[in-house]
Amino acid sequence: MRLFIALLAGGLFGAGLYISGMTDTRKVQGWLDILGDWDPTLAFVLGGAIIPMALAWRLAKGRQHSVLGSPLPAPSSPILDGKLVLGSALFGAGWGLSGLCPGPAIASLSFGGWQGLLFFVSMIAAMAGLPTLRKLWTRRQEVSI
Amino acid sequence: MPADWLWGLVGGLMIGSAAALFLLVSGRIMGASGLIGGLVDGSGRQNWAERAVFVLGLIAVPAVVTAGNAETHLTSNAAIIICAGLLVGFGTRLANGCTSGHGVCGISRLSLRGIVATACYLFAGALSVYLFRHMLGWI
Repeated sequence: MRLFIALLAGGLFGAGLYISGMTDTRKVQGWLDILGDWDPTLAFVLGGAIIPMALAWRLAKGRQHSVLGSPLPAPSSPILDGKLVLGSALFGAGWGLSGLCPGPAIASLSFGGWQGLLFFVSMIAAMAGLPTLRKLWTRRQEVSI
Repeated sequence: MPADWLWGLVGGLMIGSAAALFLLVSGRIMGASGLIGGLVDGSGRQNWAERAVFVLGLIAVPAVVTAGNAETHLTSNAAIIICAGLLVGFGTRLANGCTSGHGVCGISRLSLRGIVATACYLFAGALSVYLFRHMLGWI
């Protein structure tokens, strides 16, 4: 059942990303191009996505478990750190440069051609390599102390 | 085009419904970078099947809906694609979330981290388009 729900959620997410225009990098870059020919479509996408989710959080409030019995996520942490800001800034730079964020990059794999595949492979390589880089970084810091 | 915003709204509602389903039924936050990131860096080993099936649906349904006939209009400049892919991969895992996790799931619960992350990547994204499109003319 958990797997079926995951498949359903992934599928609905993918269809929504395509229908909304999020898999079209021209629309995404048009939305980010606030000083050029600005395209407001993505405001409707984000707004539309937040409505059902805000209701869902309201329903989840006060409950301990999901329908399938697993615990609901803990309240979000109020702690801001440099990783959050730096990571989001790096992500935004890549998002603007290409017009793709992780969801649409995966959702468009079947029609994105070699360009989409190359983007996906680069993104996955960075994701897979980050823990190793982090380990090397902390080791170097320990040595320098 | 007036229809664009309507499709955006409909698609957005679908994205939010998917996230709501995943939260209420499975108790999971629907963040694309976290779900796939946990698969490739080993941090999501204990629920890898759920992650894999989610990614499968995310690839397969658009493949069926579009029958392969859609266009991403992604650049053909391989250097730009690789740089952008690396930035997106590093950045989202460092920040522990992307547009779906911080944007959709975070803002909707008024999470401070989600709001700050979204402000940062929107600002950086706008700056990036301004720099690479209007100043350097690369994209």
